Amino acid sequence: MILALFEDAGFILTGYIVTFLAVGALAWRVIRSGRNLAKQIPDDEKYWT
Amino acid sequence: MTHLDDTSTATTSSTPGADAERLPSFATTGTRATRFLGIATLVAMGWLVLFGLVLSPADVNQGESVRFFYIHAPTIWVAYNSFVVTAFSSGAYLFTKKHSLGWDRLAGASAEIGVVFVALTLLTGALWGRLTWGIFWQWDARLTTTALLFATYIGYLAVRRLGGSHHQRAKRSAVLGLLSVLLIPLVHWSVLIWRSLHQEATVLDVDGDADIDGIMLFSILVGVVAFSLFYVWFVLHRTRMLAMEDLIEERGLDAALDARRAEGVKAVEGIEASRADETPVGDGGPS
Repeated sequence: MILALFEDAGFILTGYIVTFLAVGALAWRVIRSGRNLAKQIPDDEKYWT
Repeated sequence: MTHLDDTSTATTSSTPGADAERLPSFATTGTRATRFLGIATLVAMGWLVLFGLVLSPADVNQGESVRFFYIHAPTIWVAYNSFVVTAFSSGAYLFTKKHSLGWDRLAGASAEIGVVFVALTLLTGALWGRLTWGIFWQWDARLTTTALLFATYIGYLAVRRLGGSHHQRAKRSAVLGLLSVLLIPLVHWSVLIWRSLHQEATVLDVDGDADIDGIMLFSILVGVVAFSLFYVWFVLHRTRMLAMEDLIEERGLDAALDARRAEGVKAVEGIEASRADETPVGDGGPS
C-alpha cells in the first residue's frame, strides 16, 4: 500500500517537475537569446520600445 | 519591419562616434506588459501546484493519478489554441494584401510553444497511462493521432528553417500551417470515431456539461490560465526575437551584396585600367 503510494507520488512529481522545468528552461532560453539579439540592434529598430 | 540600408552594427561598426547614439540601451525583448505577464504566470503556476498537488482530492476511480489531469488537459488545450493561432496567422499572411511578415512570425512562435505543450501532454499522458493502464504507450487512436499532430508540427518547424527569403519561408510554412490544423478535430474526436482506451472528453464534451467535481474543475481552470498566460508571454518575446533575427539576417545579406558589388566595381576598374595601359595598335606608332 505504502509502496504503491510512493510509486504514484514518484510518477506524479516527475510529471510536474519535468513540466515546470521545461517551461522554465524555455522561458530562460527566450530571455537570454532575446537579450543577446537586442544588444546587436539599435533601439529605433525595436518596434516594442 | 524597417529595412536597414546601413549595414553597420553596434558591435562591428568602424565609426564608434557616429554609432554611439545608436547603441542599444534597451537590450531586452521585455516591456512592462511582459514583466507583468511573467509575474502573473509565476503566480498562476504556484496556484496550479497548490491546487494540483495539495488542495484537490484524490479521485474515486483514478486515485492520486488524477493529478496529472491538471497539467495534461490544459497543455493540450493551449496547444490546440496555439495551432489555431498558427493557422489564423498563416491565413492572414497569405490572404491579406500586405503579406506582413509579422503574421508569419506570430505563426512560427505559436507553433513552437504548441509543440512543447504537445510534448508535455504526451509525457504526462504516458506517466498517467503507466499508473492507470500499467503501460506507458499504447497504439490507441487518441495517442496515435496526438503523436501524429506532434510529428506534423515538428515538420512545420523544420520547413520554417529551410533556406530562401523571408517571404518564401512565410509562404510555404503558411500553406503547411493551414493544412496541419485540420488534424486537431481528428485528434479531439478520435475517441468518438474509433474504439479507444482513452477516456472521452470530461470538460469539453458534446453536451457541454462538465462531469467533474467543483474543486477538480477549478484546478483544471487554474492550469488553463497558467499555461495560457505563459503562452502569451512566450509568443510576445519570441515574435520580437524572430523580428530581430530577420533584421540581422537582412543586414548580413545586404553586407554580403555590398561586398560583392564592391568586388565587381573593383574588377571592372581593374580591367579598364589594364585596357588603358595597353598601347593600342596604330596609335602612337611611327607613321
